[in-house]
Amino acid sequence: MNCVNIEILKLNDKELINLSKKNTLSLNLKEMKAVKSYFKKLKRDPTDVEIETIAQTWSEHCKHKTLTGVINYSGADSKGKKVNITYKNLLKETIFKATAELNKKWCLSVFKDNAGVIEFDKLNGIAFKVETHNHPSALEPYGGAATGVGGVIRDILGVGLGAKPLANTDVFCFGNPDTPAKKVPDGMHHPKRIAKGVVAGVRDYGNRMGIPTVNGGVHFDDGYMANPLIYCGTMGIMPKSAIEKKVKSGDFVVVAGGRTGRDGIHGATFSSAELDKESDVSAVQIGNPIVEKKVLDTMLKARDLKLYRAVTDCGAGGLSSACGELGESTGVRIELEKVPLKYQGLAPWEIWISEAQERMVFAVPPKNVKKLLNLFDCENVEATVIGRFTNDKKLTLAYNGKTVGQLDMDFLHKGVPKTAAFARYAPLKETLRKPVKFNGTRIRESLKKVLADSAVCSKEQIIRQYDHEVQGQTIVKPLQGCAINIWGPGDAAVIWPYAVIKNTKKGIVLSNGINHQYGKADTYKMTASAIEEALRNAVAVGANPDRISVLDNFCWGNPEKPEVLGSLVRAAQACYDMSKKFGVPFISGKDSLYNEYTIRGKTFSIPPALLISAMGVIDNVENTMTMNFKRAGNLIMLLGITRNELGQSVFNRINKISGGIAPNVYPEESLKIMRGIYKAANAGLIEACHDISEGGLAAAVSEMAFAGSLGAIVKLGAVLTKENMTDAEILFSESNGRFIIEVKPDNAKKIKDIFKGSAISIAGVVTGDCKVEFGSDKVYISEKTGVLRSAWQNALNLF
Amino acid sequence: MAMPKALIIRTAGTNCDFEAQKAFELCGAKAERIHVNELLTSASKILSYDILLVPGGFSYGDDIASGKILANEIKNKLGDKIKRFALSGKPVIGICNGFQVLVKMGLLPDPELFDQTATLSYNDSGRFECRWVYLKNEKNKCLWTKDLPEIITLPVAHGEGKFIAANSETLKEIEDNSQVVFRYVNADGSKADYPADPNGSVNAISGICNDKGNVFGLMPHPERYVYALQHPAREGFDGKYGCGKKIFQNAVDYLK
Repeated sequence: MNCVNIEILKLNDKELINLSKKNTLSLNLKEMKAVKSYFKKLKRDPTDVEIETIAQTWSEHCKHKTLTGVINYSGADSKGKKVNITYKNLLKETIFKATAELNKKWCLSVFKDNAGVIEFDKLNGIAFKVETHNHPSALEPYGGAATGVGGVIRDILGVGLGAKPLANTDVFCFGNPDTPAKKVPDGMHHPKRIAKGVVAGVRDYGNRMGIPTVNGGVHFDDGYMANPLIYCGTMGIMPKSAIEKKVKSGDFVVVAGGRTGRDGIHGATFSSAELDKESDVSAVQIGNPIVEKKVLDTMLKARDLKLYRAVTDCGAGGLSSACGELGESTGVRIELEKVPLKYQGLAPWEIWISEAQERMVFAVPPKNVKKLLNLFDCENVEATVIGRFTNDKKLTLAYNGKTVGQLDMDFLHKGVPKTAAFARYAPLKETLRKPVKFNGTRIRESLKKVLADSAVCSKEQIIRQYDHEVQGQTIVKPLQGCAINIWGPGDAAVIWPYAVIKNTKKGIVLSNGINHQYGKADTYKMTASAIEEALRNAVAVGANPDRISVLDNFCWGNPEKPEVLGSLVRAAQACYDMSKKFGVPFISGKDSLYNEYTIRGKTFSIPPALLISAMGVIDNVENTMTMNFKRAGNLIMLLGITRNELGQSVFNRINKISGGIAPNVYPEESLKIMRGIYKAANAGLIEACHDISEGGLAAAVSEMAFAGSLGAIVKLGAVLTKENMTDAEILFSESNGRFIIEVKPDNAKKIKDIFKGSAISIAGVVTGDCKVEFGSDKVYISEKTGVLRSAWQNALNLF
Repeated sequence: MAMPKALIIRTAGTNCDFEAQKAFELCGAKAERIHVNELLTSASKILSYDILLVPGGFSYGDDIASGKILANEIKNKLGDKIKRFALSGKPVIGICNGFQVLVKMGLLPDPELFDQTATLSYNDSGRFECRWVYLKNEKNKCLWTKDLPEIITLPVAHGEGKFIAANSETLKEIEDNSQVVFRYVNADGSKADYPADPNGSVNAISGICNDKGNVFGLMPHPERYVYALQHPAREGFDGKYGCGKKIFQNAVDYLK
């Protein structure tokens, strides 16, 4: 096999675009022309290796061209006023800007490495990254999801000099599992088949890696039928001394781990293509967790022995991205024939861009090469010198002694032409609808339906397939309850890294927020709500709201459509506003665009979804909380104001009610309450804490009751509302900023003191008779805890 | 005796070695995590340790069957040393994947026979499950479980934990000889159905020991419950500790 020249110098515009399409380069005309003019200067055509290298490096997946390009936006600003704004670089002017302005000294490495890193304690940092693996999982759910997990774990191994993974998270959006088969688009898997495959993939990779999967969520919407969303996250811990990496000219390039094969060719560029029934399954990688586990075991040893100066993972774009990134400031020469192959017959360009899994690339000082190779060899990890870092600022590729490609690093990394795009957005005009007057029976029936709705119901059958206890450090678990009878839905997970850090009392909290429904009204509200929900979830288990960082993961449709891009701009604006107002920095993020599918010429785009993943530090893990009611006789206190916000709610959906206002976020109110909770938790004044989200107050109280195998009486008259609301509205409104806490009667006064100036009321009492009761002067609703629990537990039937 | 020294054997796919090491250290022992390749080059090293632990995980990916490849590797290449270690009466424990390894190499239930007479097969539920269970500490001769209360709780996390003896004679022998250490039960000690019995083991067997009581294998994870904080409801055994610690402590104290 050898390389061939690709004729582009004499191609016209149309032919350039055809070439891009034919070879899955996913480069647009402007970019193809930039490539052409670069080679025109060199007076030659590029080789296949060169053009593939450029396509990988310039891919949306690697470069985030849309979010860093010029965007002319016309639409609502943060206050809803219509404006025209030109962003030169949307990310820099919103998300990065907020982090820079907040300037938290505990942010140790943000937006520059494979993951964001914040301070854990004096000596250690914690790293967090969430990735998506949507396109591969749509075509091959098991393999796509498994390699999604494997890939994000390698991000944590490849941050700085490598962190030790402590926990995984996963969030999925699927089509509705009960979709009739004939409604499934041609060439696509049924949502149930996708869900099953994805869960199995995450399970088999995560469990084998020995990393507990501790937090996540599953959401359903017809809009995700052809484009499921698979978010995989990993959190790890590392000494602060390992956060920086620096390649030196003369260092050897060592690849370790898996062999290179033809799997995952064009993964990076394919992820920017719309899916259809002809989509190529060979773009999906094949994973082997045990190979990666061996790499993990050995490389952390090598890190502590300081045997290498830099490391990164082979992800999208394979060796081309990994070597290209590491050698950006020095230059690098790779001998492609030295790369160990799974089988013979790969062309040089295939070796170079294959996304075969479980590979890490190291920069190794000459004196350490032998030691490092030996260390890997002792545990049967294949490691090979494949090249050397130079000082010519060029990427040089050789195959059997012959140069098959040479590109200037500067052109490769900075030569991509800026895109300019148009964006416009108008949020849905929301109006308050006429009051929802339901009698007691209808409210009770609604409550059972809300609990059984796929947005609210138990995900236990998925959670239990993941080992969430391995490493022994998961001390607030995804399922919570009394004694070992745990089924209640925990708000967040807490990891106590006692096995890594001696005598530590500190913990790491992981949570998430996502609700694509609110985006149907306004992506600003959706984003603000997701950020607040992630924070609420973290605070509900005891996180310090002033020590939380967040990650963004945008999954959107085709940004070349102004409305799609407009809704994304609006979300980015909300990220900036909320980040500033809550004092919560973004530390890393990722976008997955072009989540679209074409059937018979008609293109369908996903409902935009923004996942916010939060990582925080807790000073004393003994003061963390769970959500199940603990004891009859304790008081149920409600924090936060309930507003008439049923727009896009679960309640409206199940009752087919249209209109209404989707929840807003009031950061000043919320932050004050969150700080109060942290204070009260550390004073030992809270017995149980749960945030109110989908399904509203009614769902949250029911969950706390059946999780604790207890009952509750709540007086609706005691709920603090902003306006006149009916009983149904009070019970099912999804207003942000609210928590339910359980407090011993003796502590009520102390609690009230802490929350002076915030909305707080004693709304009811925990009872021992296993009934959940809501009463006002108009209605009285009572249902057995067991009935509510089984409605909630038996709703989802994926397996 | 000086501080006892535990050997934790690890290989590709071993996961629970760190927490096992911490459990031993908490109980006043020294513990080393040693890769099986290192033991292959110096087999006699094994006998210099006082305690042997085969940890949980997915050794070699559990390809073929859970624990099978590591079991064969140890048996074929280190068999006589391992057998000698077990017969010397020193404490040996296999947890989860480690239990599968001990059973599949034949070190349990009878290290003298050293031949496989039982197995751990796929859960009746057909899938991997992670949950906390109640265990009845049967009247038994196991040195690892001395002075534990009759009912304890521990977490399980496995897909292949269904204990099956090769034939009724073997099962009868294990039962009659008080080699059944733990059984899955309900909170009150009564017979458990799924999910309290997570895998459908014959006679709800969750852990067994050899005739002498020094070699112990179990599916649940005592190393994940050495502190009360690790319990879902923070319930402790012996103050701020969990009952898993007592299991490690018993082995360490036995050597003192």
